Amino acid sequence: MNDLTPDREERSAGLKGLGCSRKRVEDARFTQGKGNYVDDVKLPGMLHGDFVRSPYAHARVVSVNKDAALALDGVVAVLTAEDLAPLNLHWMPTLAGDKQMVLADGKVLFQGQEVAFVVARDRYVAADAVELVEVEYEELPVITDPFESLKSDVVLREDLAGQTEGPHGPRKHHNHIFTWEQGDETATNQVLDDAEVVATESMYYHRTHPCPLETCGSVASMDKVNGKLTLWGTFQAPHVVRTVASLLSGIEEHNIRVISPDIGGGFGNKVGVYPGYVCSIVASIVTGQPVKWVEDRMENLMSTAFARDYWMTGKIAATKDGKITGLHCHVTADHGGFDACADPTKFPAGFMNICTGSYDIPVAYLGVDGVYTNKAPGGVSYRCSFRVTEAVYFIERMIEVLAIELDMDAAELRRINFIKKEQFPYQSALGWEYDSGDYHTAWDKALKTVDYEGLRKEQADRVEAFKRGETRKLMGVGLSFFTEIVGAGPVKNCDILGMGMFDSCEIRIHPTGSAIARLGTISQGQGHATTFAQILASEIGISADNIAIEEGDTDTAPYGLGTYGSRSTPVAGAAAAMAGRKIRAKAQMIAAYLLEVHDDDVEFDVDRFAVKGAPERFKTMKDIAYAAYNQAIPGIEPGLEAVSYYDPPNMTYPFGAYVCVMDIDVDTGVPEIRRFYALDDCGTRINPMIIEGQVHGGLTEALAVALGQEISYDKMGNVKTGTLMDFFLPTAWEVPNYETDHTVTPSPHHPIGAKGVGESPHVGGVPCFSNAVQDAFRAFGLRHTNMPHDHWRIWQTANDLGLHE
Amino acid sequence: MFDKMHIKMNVNGEDHEFLAEPRDLLIYALREKLNITGPHVGCDTSHCGACTVTVDGKSVKSCTMFVAQANGAEITTVEGIGQPDALHVLQESFREHHGLQCGFCTPGMITRATKLLEENANPTEEEVRFGMAGNICRCTGYQNIVKSILAAASELNSAKEAAQ
Ligand code: FES
Ligand code: FES
Repeated sequence: MNDLTPDREERSAGLKGLGCSRKRVEDARFTQGKGNYVDDVKLPGMLHGDFVRSPYAHARVVSVNKDAALALDGVVAVLTAEDLAPLNLHWMPTLAGDKQMVLADGKVLFQGQEVAFVVARDRYVAADAVELVEVEYEELPVITDPFESLKSDVVLREDLAGQTEGPHGPRKHHNHIFTWEQGDETATNQVLDDAEVVATESMYYHRTHPCPLETCGSVASMDKVNGKLTLWGTFQAPHVVRTVASLLSGIEEHNIRVISPDIGGGFGNKVGVYPGYVCSIVASIVTGQPVKWVEDRMENLMSTAFARDYWMTGKIAATKDGKITGLHCHVTADHGGFDACADPTKFPAGFMNICTGSYDIPVAYLGVDGVYTNKAPGGVSYRCSFRVTEAVYFIERMIEVLAIELDMDAAELRRINFIKKEQFPYQSALGWEYDSGDYHTAWDKALKTVDYEGLRKEQADRVEAFKRGETRKLMGVGLSFFTEIVGAGPVKNCDILGMGMFDSCEIRIHPTGSAIARLGTISQGQGHATTFAQILASEIGISADNIAIEEGDTDTAPYGLGTYGSRSTPVAGAAAAMAGRKIRAKAQMIAAYLLEVHDDDVEFDVDRFAVKGAPERFKTMKDIAYAAYNQAIPGIEPGLEAVSYYDPPNMTYPFGAYVCVMDIDVDTGVPEIRRFYALDDCGTRINPMIIEGQVHGGLTEALAVALGQEISYDKMGNVKTGTLMDFFLPTAWEVPNYETDHTVTPSPHHPIGAKGVGESPHVGGVPCFSNAVQDAFRAFGLRHTNMPHDHWRIWQTANDLGLHE
Repeated sequence: MFDKMHIKMNVNGEDHEFLAEPRDLLIYALREKLNITGPHVGCDTSHCGACTVTVDGKSVKSCTMFVAQANGAEITTVEGIGQPDALHVLQESFREHHGLQCGFCTPGMITRATKLLEENANPTEEEVRFGMAGNICRCTGYQNIVKSILAAASELNSAKEAAQ
């Protein structure tokens, strides 16, 4: 070895692989305004589409008169359900096995529903023409409450009348969608009957919306000469969109190219298939010109992809000293006018059955009833894996309520019920196999860092001072410990529209030793181009700076199920590692040939293969790549490429421990977040800088949901929160600084031990903020109050407890 | 359908002349007539700041200004703040401190932050948070945006000191 050879550590650092806080390669274009989002796509002759939407939540559409609109200069077409019917595109299948109107077919079921699609020269003319379409409606009784819906004679979905069997089993009522049951109800009821203590609580997890800064949109371009359809759009799952577009339109799949360009945030909003996408495609086929559709913010909040809206009732059984013995959970799920929930096919309530949380609960039962109402369809996972936010909120509130019932400290109650390290892999009562965890270590670290005992002492003093009239501020200590379930998922039980939820990576090493890798996922800000290159760098010994990552173009990328539910790292990241290992295996043979030794006599060392016991005899990956292309090696094909399709053997189970300290002004209802500590365990950490950024972002969305963000309706089904004036998005002014921390418990089945992190902070954050608010009032008798805890509702709570007297 | 107006404006140092309806919003004139797509539309109702540009020295949400009102104005968008081989300190700083994720808010953030630092070269964290409260980010939780801006401020200040 000569003195110029860099040592191992230096070579390793040069790779910028796993564990490196590598700066993002995406940023150069974004900071210079050179991102390419769907609304930036501009094609020659491109037309603009815009929707006529229903002002009513439930009405019959008596007639649609297009004449005045068509007479306007610049209007090219006005499409209604009647125009789409011959193509069989007036309805479309939803991800939940239901179907949804693309354009109103005889009636409308929610305010803002798409009634007609206007296509015009530019967006102004289109908007003018929307005003000119005359629609005659006949109002019908409106139902916005799912409990009322299940009792009502009013049939919301007349198209399903008489169907007593739905895609997820029997329907009990004409407005009922499904019942989904997990666990053992008889045994659970028995435990509840025999229990020393039972705590019961009902809670409403309000309807909200992911509201990424960029709304949804698409540009469809049908090239009639070549028979090729190109579709740009805000798609979190471009390959699935291609398959669905092919099945719906009859255009062969190889003649459809779907491109997800840069995406301005997704958070679940961009998983579904929306009428706008379908209409832009049809309009392009009809007009022969490219057609763009981009929704405005009001349309986004009113019509695409709400989240949550779960009415949950829990019963938790325990011994007198706090050992939980059973859990019963029932959910009435408001799905709106169509069941368009974005869940794997066999999970109509997503992974709600993770609701036993981080606790060793021997017996449990979950029942979910899905119900139609006159509200927008959706039910997406807003920055969480399918319905996991609801599940974690439920159990973390039940724990607090049980602590009140037992007059026990809530941190201690958690500790004595955690699944123990040695119990992993742990079989939960509701059917999951938790892969790994070390909850006690994380919890102890969190409580110690925040000086939990000191906080409780300070809080008790504050209560006394409040009672003496010395302060008007109460102090809340919010706790949450969550287990996420991400990385869907094993193909044997997770699919979307029949497509197994694997993911993929294809990698090609160039002769000069740089590389390009393509994956079936798509970044919406998570920094895939940065982190996937890091995974590969560590696997194949080529610097991340020399590995280009591409996603989102179905003509070039391998098929994958996309990015949502924190599945990119657990699934596509694993595919990347496996593809990298295939490259390495071939590289080993090439190196052995070049070094004139047996394959088994060389070993991988950071960026090279060296002869065992003779590290000065080596070939770098660069040498090997070159040889792969310029040398005839007996028995080895030229080139250096690999593909991997990865079907994960199990989900991954990231977890974390959060503590929030809040001061609440009883007279104004304003909560002030004094401290927020977040410990996350996402297994192996690929890029700590990006992880930290994901945690900040997820916590901020959690703050929003817990403290004010809501999609609410009045009795007439009018959306009351349809603009950013009423729909709460926190600004820099409202958001605190967060303290982040971690433990590392690698996933035993993931090739690099990573678990995914993008959604954990949202899942764990919502109950933490909510628990902090509620904890502040515990000393005054509060048991539970529903989110969102905006100033008015907090004031109301204080008032109900008599704190203003 | 409306008589078009003759509009002149200087954007990022370049003169432009074009016809537009008086009701056209500045953001669409920039994005669709001039192909300056750095500024984005996040809400249309002056809440999000994704469309922020500088008009005659002031931060303006360009979804809330008619192009007619900007006739004759001097406008800077994110594209005019730095050049690929000579990035503005803020552009470097956002990358360095991970002040962006999806990047959709970033042009507005950086454009606004340049004005903020012109108005107040030595802001406290609180002043940065207040001064940026018109720009919404859904991804970052702001912590790293604030960090990026404070770091850029101190870098600009030390550069100034060094020059004196
Ligand atoms: S688009 Fe102008 S402020 Fe949101
Ligand atoms: S980086 Fe996505 S909105 Fe700010």
